[in-house]
Amino acid sequence: MQENNSIGIVTPQTAHFSEPLKLKSGESLPQFDLVYETYGTLNADKSNAVIICHALSGNHHVAGKYQASDKYPGWWDNLIGPNKPLDTNRFFVIGLNNLGGCHGSSGPASINPATNKPWGSAFPILTVEDWVDSQARLLDHLGITQLAAVVGGSLGGMQALQWTMAYPERVRHALVIAAAPNLTAQNMAFNEVARQAIITDPEFYGGDYYAHGVVPRRGLRIARMLGHITYLSDDAMGEKFGRKLKDTIKYSFDVEFEMESYLRYQGDKFAGEFDANTYLRMTRALDYYDPALPFNGDLTAALKNVTAQFLVLSFTSDWRFSPARSREIVKALLDNERTVSYAEVTAAHGHDAFLMPDAHYHAILRTYLSNIEIGCNHAE
Amino acid sequence: MQNNVKITNSITEYRQDFAIIANWVNFGSKVLDLGCGNGELLQFLRGSLEVKGYGVEKNDANLLACLQNGTNVIQMDLEDGLSGFEDQSFNTVILSQTLQAMHNTEEIVLEMLRVGQEIIVTFPNFGYWRNRMQITAGHMPVSKALPYQWYDTPNVHLCTINDFDEFCKNHKIEILERRVITDGKEVSFLPNLLGSLAMYRLKAQ
Repeated sequence: MQENNSIGIVTPQTAHFSEPLKLKSGESLPQFDLVYETYGTLNADKSNAVIICHALSGNHHVAGKYQASDKYPGWWDNLIGPNKPLDTNRFFVIGLNNLGGCHGSSGPASINPATNKPWGSAFPILTVEDWVDSQARLLDHLGITQLAAVVGGSLGGMQALQWTMAYPERVRHALVIAAAPNLTAQNMAFNEVARQAIITDPEFYGGDYYAHGVVPRRGLRIARMLGHITYLSDDAMGEKFGRKLKDTIKYSFDVEFEMESYLRYQGDKFAGEFDANTYLRMTRALDYYDPALPFNGDLTAALKNVTAQFLVLSFTSDWRFSPARSREIVKALLDNERTVSYAEVTAAHGHDAFLMPDAHYHAILRTYLSNIEIGCNHAE
Repeated sequence: MQNNVKITNSITEYRQDFAIIANWVNFGSKVLDLGCGNGELLQFLRGSLEVKGYGVEKNDANLLACLQNGTNVIQMDLEDGLSGFEDQSFNTVILSQTLQAMHNTEEIVLEMLRVGQEIIVTFPNFGYWRNRMQITAGHMPVSKALPYQWYDTPNVHLCTINDFDEFCKNHKIEILERRVITDGKEVSFLPNLLGSLAMYRLKAQ
């Protein structure tokens, strides 16, 4: 079934931007690259574009495969393709790698043109606001004035929300999934532990490990293991692994329980393919995002100027971005009398549920997306 | 189980129900429908009165139906109150034939009065003579308006028109208007005996 309606073979593209990007920190990036993929066809009046904002470890490879022999398709392939919930027969879908990433867009591991060496620690710390600004530049590059929708889960959901605030006239619909209007202290605490694991790795070298020909693999591995614990619910972990042993108890610190095997596998895999400096920056962007802060914590005031229509969606077992946090967004939209629907999906998988092809979850997205009219709004 | 509590009425009574509610809602006003089911009342009010409508619904299938027909729907359990809604933020809050299935009956009415400038509450009148007949014959009533058996009914707080009048009096709720319907026709004579569906327009005193 999935193979039949796959978008098929896709090819990433790179857009170069030579105008500087002013950052929230006060710094600026003199020039930058964004790597992106597109699926489907942009219609004549360019009114059917949907941008996918990725979460912490995501990238531009959202759907399809680079070659038929690829083991896995893009990370949200179950959602995007011909006749899938986000139907590429109707929509022109854009996936990109955020700035600071490690999959082709300018980031700490890419070459700083000023020094001809990897940026490393010198690469600025970006925010959700900066990402959305850079994504708007990508839209300009593609000649797209207004998005039919912006879609994102988790940190991607924060970007979707930010889109509606920063560029209200450029977004008709926002699908904000498993997100929050800011992180709780507990949530930021997990990020801090993850960062400490990386920063205290002897091979971190203050972020300039590229020059030493090493990577802080141990730190990144532990950071990812911690992340994985928080992305699953207790129940989901219990169901998946329980107290199952690989063999017998050996009175050692080797891998004895199935859960340990899973965490180590995930940690190793991630540490082999992700850049630690990017991980640090992604978690910081999460920590810093707080659109209500300039409004004394009043999210209703912060969302006063949004005009997009919203679908806000959460998962019952998600304790990292709990339904209560999504309801805060819904309340602020209701206070502003905006067009909003809110779905609280019963799911066992915790935060990771937003990537799973749950039938009801996908039915909600399919229904909402299929009701989106193609054709740009004009300023009232 | 909000999905189960919508009562299967004949089309006429159903329409009459909607027609009266439409009479009580102002053109272009902001309406919250609690236990909105598949969103048909809000759709009707949008079409006839161009209201800005939101529904609250717990059931997954109903939520999908609402999204399908373009009704703004918020998935939540009414038993938890209306904490996501500001005081007096709606012109009208509606609870249509759901009151009798609520556990926190008193709380939801008070919450409605907090959120809505006016509220509309409708419920099947347990004092209707056909119900009384069945009780007299020694059975729990089963009818078009109360289609459940005693062992599978979602209805836990059935009341009569007299009971609800008293509830309003005790809670300092002003009855702005009351209409009573049987088989799609209005009943004015002995409503607590001859009325099948009770409809109230209320506000806080």
